[in-house]
Amino acid sequence: MTRSNSDERHIAFPITDLDALRELRAGQKLRLDGTVIGIRDATQIAIFDRGEKPRMDLRGAALIHTAPNVRKLGPGRYEKVCIGTTTSARMDRFTRGLMEEYGVRAIIGKGGLLAGSLPVLRELGGVYLAITGGAAALETTQIEAIEEVEFEELMPECLWKFRVKDFGPLIVAMDAHGRSLYEEVTAGARETLAGIVERF
Amino acid sequence: MPSPDPYAVVEEAAKQTYIRALKLVPPDVKAALRRAADTETSETGRDTLGIILQNIDIAEDNDMLVCQDTGTVVFWVQTGHDCALNLADVEAAVGRGTERATIEHPLRPNAVHPVTRANTMTNTGRHLPAMHYEFPDEAERARLGLAADGLRLTCLPKGSGSENMSFLKMFVPADGVAAVKRFVLECIVDAGPKPCPPTIVGVGLGGTADLCAALAKRALLRPLGTRNDDPVIAALEVELEAAANELGIGPMGLGGRNTILGLAIEHAHTHITQNPVAVNLQCWAARRSSATMGADGAVEYGF
Ligand code: SF4
Repeated sequence: MTRSNSDERHIAFPITDLDALRELRAGQKLRLDGTVIGIRDATQIAIFDRGEKPRMDLRGAALIHTAPNVRKLGPGRYEKVCIGTTTSARMDRFTRGLMEEYGVRAIIGKGGLLAGSLPVLRELGGVYLAITGGAAALETTQIEAIEEVEFEELMPECLWKFRVKDFGPLIVAMDAHGRSLYEEVTAGARETLAGIVERF
Repeated sequence: MPSPDPYAVVEEAAKQTYIRALKLVPPDVKAALRRAADTETSETGRDTLGIILQNIDIAEDNDMLVCQDTGTVVFWVQTGHDCALNLADVEAAVGRGTERATIEHPLRPNAVHPVTRANTMTNTGRHLPAMHYEFPDEAERARLGLAADGLRLTCLPKGSGSENMSFLKMFVPADGVAAVKRFVLECIVDAGPKPCPPTIVGVGLGGTADLCAALAKRALLRPLGTRNDDPVIAALEVELEAAANELGIGPMGLGGRNTILGLAIEHAHTHITQNPVAVNLQCWAARRSSATMGADGAVEYGF
């Protein structure tokens, strides 16, 4: 890992040391280089519920929850039109399988995984990285190419290999030490709400 | 409309409003996002709003989509009293325009069968696009710039992250207004980071379950900062808007003072035993685009 400026670290994916992300802490800002793998509801249902094993190696990978807008160039070849990130909570139940069976270590998404994923992150040294949801135009400019596609029959919910540069900024929103920024913010909001309701 | 084929004009306008909605953020929403960036106290929140504003500029400058979710397509058709078009043909033309936008642009296809999940690949399907029809009175037409013989289309492609955060509750009179207020705020907390805050909150109040849900969506058509013309409801909008921004959910749910950009309530009279409330959230990428057509076939695009 290298540091580009005072508060943004660069990490290249896939990582080879599967424990490398344990040192990250909630609140840190990151940018990624290398490859990021796009995955979505239907892809994970195929992998885990129907047992369709992907050919791509997911060890040390950073996944991103997405179903991109693409233009087909030829068999298995696609060009980006618009690539952004979807709500992660829907796919929460796949966290353990991805990290334990396939060696995934980072999941990029928006809105967070549920609190039940925290023990998995802690056990296996994984992190959840928050991207700015909806900011797909920016995200698309940071994706250099679509290198590989699998599960094409699930279009657009395929398994996509993207080459990225300076991808981010991403915020470590859930770390391997049991912290989730979402849990903290929601707990605060519930407390505030209780106070507001008193006024009604 | 005397032009050769007015339905071809509607078809093209439907195609364009869908694409424009995905690429241009309405000026009222942009202004609200800028205000949010100026007032945000959390550092992560400020950074996030900065990225959002940068993203809007990138999309505009490069003719790109603001957000990747091309949505479930919802249209409002508003016609003047003297509009001569057949609405069944208008509806068919809107469907064709939606399909052409999806295939010709191309746009991500999202419409699937609810059981088989088979994708139509066109963003159209059974009952899709969702269609709403309104017949505005003269005062409303003047506000919209809609001629008596004109037709106005508004497209609201609704992203799933925010549409999945939709809520309906049938309260009873004994619950009082306090229950309504609490419910709206609870919905915002339950939705948390998922609908890409800062959000716009659409509230439907009264009517029946179906009408109430439709009113919540209709509220999202109102430009930010406009108030319900009933002062009782307008006061409720102001109160809830301020309360929601005390919650601290902040941009993308990572904390901060800008949780919502605005809140609008549309209401209907309801049954003596009922008080339904529906909440429909809209993400910061509040896609909304309109086309106003006169009988001469001229089309004016707006928001
Ligand atoms: S919630 Fe809205 S802004 Fe966020 S990703 Fe979905 S459609 Fe885009």
